[in-house]
Amino acid sequence: MFIPLLVLRNAFRHKLRTALTILGIVVAIAAFGLLRTLVDAWYAGANASSSARLVTRSAVSLVFPLPLSYAQKIRQVPGITGVAWANWFGGVYVNERNFFPQFAISGAGYLDIYPEFILSEGERKAFLADRTGAIAGRKLADKFGWKVGDQIPLRGTIYPGTWTFNLRGIYDGAEPSTDTSTFFFHYDYLNETVKQRYGRAGDSTGVFVESIVHPEDAADVSQAIDATFKNSLAETLTETEKAFQLGFVAMSEAILGAIQAVSYIVIVIIMAVMANTMAMTARERYGEYATLKALGFGNGFVALLIFFESLGIALVGGLLGIALTFPVSHAFVETIGSLLSGFRVSQQTMVIQLAAAIAIGVVAAVVPAWRAARVRIVDGLRAIG
Amino acid sequence: MSAAAQPAPAAEGRQPLVAIHGLSKYYVRGDQVIPVLVDLDLDVYAGEYVALMGPSGSGKSTLLNLIAGIDKPSSGEIRVTGVDIAALSDSELALWRSMHVGFIFQFYNLMPVLTAFGNVELPLQLTTLSRAERRERVATALELVGLTDRATHLPNELSGGQQQRVAIARALITDPTLIVADEPTGDLDRVTAQEILGLLARLNDELGKTIIMVTHDPKAAETAHRLIHLEKGVLVG
Repeated sequence: MFIPLLVLRNAFRHKLRTALTILGIVVAIAAFGLLRTLVDAWYAGANASSSARLVTRSAVSLVFPLPLSYAQKIRQVPGITGVAWANWFGGVYVNERNFFPQFAISGAGYLDIYPEFILSEGERKAFLADRTGAIAGRKLADKFGWKVGDQIPLRGTIYPGTWTFNLRGIYDGAEPSTDTSTFFFHYDYLNETVKQRYGRAGDSTGVFVESIVHPEDAADVSQAIDATFKNSLAETLTETEKAFQLGFVAMSEAILGAIQAVSYIVIVIIMAVMANTMAMTARERYGEYATLKALGFGNGFVALLIFFESLGIALVGGLLGIALTFPVSHAFVETIGSLLSGFRVSQQTMVIQLAAAIAIGVVAAVVPAWRAARVRIVDGLRAIG
Repeated sequence: MSAAAQPAPAAEGRQPLVAIHGLSKYYVRGDQVIPVLVDLDLDVYAGEYVALMGPSGSGKSTLLNLIAGIDKPSSGEIRVTGVDIAALSDSELALWRSMHVGFIFQFYNLMPVLTAFGNVELPLQLTTLSRAERRERVATALELVGLTDRATHLPNELSGGQQQRVAIARALITDPTLIVADEPTGDLDRVTAQEILGLLARLNDELGKTIIMVTHDPKAAETAHRLIHLEKGVLVG
């Protein structure tokens, strides 16, 4: 009990200094957690994707649609168990700030390929039976207070006009990482309306999604699909869903790299601040350390006092910082809307935050502890008076 | 009992508690060698109360530090209770100090975050005594210095004299072979200084403690049995 008592009392000798140091660590650890969560959210789509799904898009660019007739040919490729399609809608709900992803999907086929979207049987039936029906993820519905039966108007940007959908179901995610911030409606409704309203050539879609029997055959099956449409007017590029998602992430890789770098710089800065505080603290107490040594306490004891004090302060700051990450992240999500569907403080982030706090405590104590252990008793005693 | 330059009671074939032979201490600053103690011989016997006097820079504190084992000589031998302490390693020396030396400093050197009780108990943390045994010993030591009612006070809640009495209790608590006091009254007013000197004299007279005290104050030195003068690192009487 002696060492903890001495460490605790020493830590709170300069209450303001300790409080400010802890505050600095709290802010740094919370900022670190927030930035890491931001990066994680960027990768969430890719991480939550299934290895048993492929995505086929135009080999030229995602903005060029593929003929719907490809579905039949893809279905015949060995290893494929299901084919569905989805088309980006890009509508605005009330105003531009309310961004969320919207897809026109091929009804039951699409839902079958995504078993992680949990929808009650009744809601599934109601959605499939209603041409203007739609389903929304739980997070999205909660955000806007939607209930089943509500009419959701979207102002089209790619497909002009106001599109009104009947919300027939709200799906939940099978896993915490499942995206529940997307809005789905029937491709047929979009396709027929486009043809009627604008006389555009319909029957095309942004991407095909395929489920495959063996995930390890993904490369072969992808090649087979692309080979099917080789030298056609719309050549395809097929890749795993994860690779497809990572393609989006890659577009912002430089920003992500910068965010990650900043998150680590924040830790290094607080480490330096903490090291300065501990050095100052230890220097002030050289006389006391010398007295302890004169009384027979060893160099290691003195070093341990500094280590434990530094570690204690860093851990208190770290734990408070971890706790603060949750409200800060929540506030951040509230501010930016549901753009980042997987914005959730992960266990891994908390573990890294804790490790960072421990590292701050240990690194900050190394030099002061070493110096205090090395200080000669007679020199330390001279510091008193 | 005047201490005026009395010789060491070396007779009767007693072994000295502290035996110093050919002790030198010098500091090297760049290519300059600064001698502090020069080829010094000194014996201190058990139960003695010795005052070390001398002008500033004469080496008296250095000599005290060497005897207490908190500094190492450049050459020569220091035997305390027959142990050549100059030959001990740092960790051996730390252990030796915890068992054999009680320290009293000019500025008390109490731990500001510990109560009077905690400060007195401090050296006992290095022993295997139980909590109950420690408490008993601390209570006795505080009673001896007349501070039983101040046990729960922090150093900054005590006067200078009270702090020094806590330091004396701390120096006594392990029943050391030797008590070293470096200007124990240097930070105190005359009346309080007399109280402290009286306490040290009692420790010597009643408990038989061997005390070596560095002082500038001739009145303080008068309370000792023997007076040793140092000048420029050499014993002059």
